Amino acid sequence: MESIPDTTGYMIAGFVVAFATMGIHVLSMYVRNRNLRRDLEMLESMDKPEKK
Amino acid sequence: MQSKPIALTILDIISVIVLGVATYLALVFAPTEAVMGQVQRVFYFHVGTAWVGLLGFVLAAISGIAYLVTKDMKWDRFEVAAVEVSTMFFFITIVLGSIWARPAWNTWWTWDPRLTTAAVTELIYVAYFMLRAGIEDPEKRARFGAVYTLLGGLSAPITFMVIRLFRTIHPVVIGNQSAEAQGGFSMTPDMRTAFFFALFAFTVIFIDLLWHRIRLGGLQEKVEQLKLNVSM
Repeated sequence: MESIPDTTGYMIAGFVVAFATMGIHVLSMYVRNRNLRRDLEMLESMDKPEKK
Repeated sequence: MQSKPIALTILDIISVIVLGVATYLALVFAPTEAVMGQVQRVFYFHVGTAWVGLLGFVLAAISGIAYLVTKDMKWDRFEVAAVEVSTMFFFITIVLGSIWARPAWNTWWTWDPRLTTAAVTELIYVAYFMLRAGIEDPEKRARFGAVYTLLGGLSAPITFMVIRLFRTIHPVVIGNQSAEAQGGFSMTPDMRTAFFFALFAFTVIFIDLLWHRIRLGGLQEKVEQLKLNVSM
């Protein structure tokens, strides 16, 4: 009877890639959101005095 | 910008839970496959991410049509969000496939019809962002994007069908596979549970990320509009 090949390393690499990719995407959306909110606050403060 | 809806917060929590359960089912619950060993466990995430990847590309094509008909920018925001989230998921699909192929086919990559169409699909959508970045006028950008995703969307059904129409070494999960297919296996009931739960889990996560990305697009648009107001 043939034994099951040890492919654990490949499995770990696969799950690391999957979680890392999703994590980077979530982090990227968080950073973009934070930066846009900062820009929005700054632009709103610049826009208001001009309208007065 | 509106504060985060409660439904989205609930969806965030559900997404984390279903991802955890899908991981448990793939790593612990599903039995070890006798021929390939532990690496077969990436199959659940490979197919789950492929499903939402191709789904998003089709949804982007539909939103492209909706934009061309209505000229409503909300469809453009939806389209960009669908393409971004799907490109990310489809990247995972390709890398997981390559990792699985090394022990199963004894190579990281081969120009098999399925692998080729998958790589072409991914590159089409990477190029989509390059195209958008090169167009300043928002309406022109949205129009070009809509036509592009409409044409690019054809690659999704082609990628899905190619293993059912051509001779390929890529195994088919559902349906008849090519005689040349290598690395296929018959699923036990526990494997089926893990498989269908992974499909469900990635659908929930896809909707969650899509919703976040659409909101981000709305914020981006608001900032662009304010920049124009301030500069005038």
